Amino acid sequence: MEKQNYKKIVDRHKPTEDRLMNAIVAFFIGGLIGAIGQLLIEFYSSWLQIPTQEASSFMIVTLIFVSCLFTALGFFDKWVTFAKCGLIIPITGFAHSMMSSGMEYKHEGPIFGVGANLFKLAGSVILYGIVAAWFFGMIRYFFLGGV
Amino acid sequence: MIYLYSFLFCGFICLLGQIILDNTKLTAGHITSIFVVVGAALDSFSFYDKIILHVGGGALVPITSFGHSLIHGALAKAEEMGFIGLLTGMFDLTATGITAAILFSFLLLLVFKPKN
Repeated sequence: MEKQNYKKIVDRHKPTEDRLMNAIVAFFIGGLIGAIGQLLIEFYSSWLQIPTQEASSFMIVTLIFVSCLFTALGFFDKWVTFAKCGLIIPITGFAHSMMSSGMEYKHEGPIFGVGANLFKLAGSVILYGIVAAWFFGMIRYFFLGGV
Repeated sequence: MIYLYSFLFCGFICLLGQIILDNTKLTAGHITSIFVVVGAALDSFSFYDKIILHVGGGALVPITSFGHSLIHGALAKAEEMGFIGLLTGMFDLTATGITAAILFSFLLLLVFKPKN
């Protein structure tokens, strides 16, 4: 009886500790990516002498390139399993999902493999993003007094 | 100071995602889709623009900014062209990211072979 109780208590506490650790890791890795984004924006705008808006495009392209390259080299998957949402929620996760599904289906050929599966995971983001943006755009345009 | 805000905001979004991922049955695909919708919803009251002003790069990195950019481009075009601009301008701002992602992943797929 004592043992069973003990096990119950352990079981109850074990996952919460993991969750806490996951949350902390996701917070720090995600925050780090955000700070790197800001750093890249300031770096590009001072180096190329361009406005912040354009520098942020350069920043997005850089992050996408880096995460595609690291996924291709094979070690980004391990980072994602470690950091989870810390790397999935930033734009790195979008690029990673495209690159990894492309890698996975490469052997099925250029059309039915890569072509059909590249947007397997990123497609849902684009679909729901567009539907939501259209819906909220309509509301804003017609009911909230234009743009 | 803006670095700290970037760190805190982006970290907070990721923390929210991780909490949802761990405590519900939703997968990472669900969460990214939900966050895009939330980003679009926040921008329909110009709320996300204010966040970007204060937070800078930290607000542009999470996937919520993807939804924000979609609706932002659509509304900017709608101001010029009227109703049809909502469709024309949808990809105006996100085109950079999507095109870059397609291009890089295709080119890298030509070069690299999968490990297993």
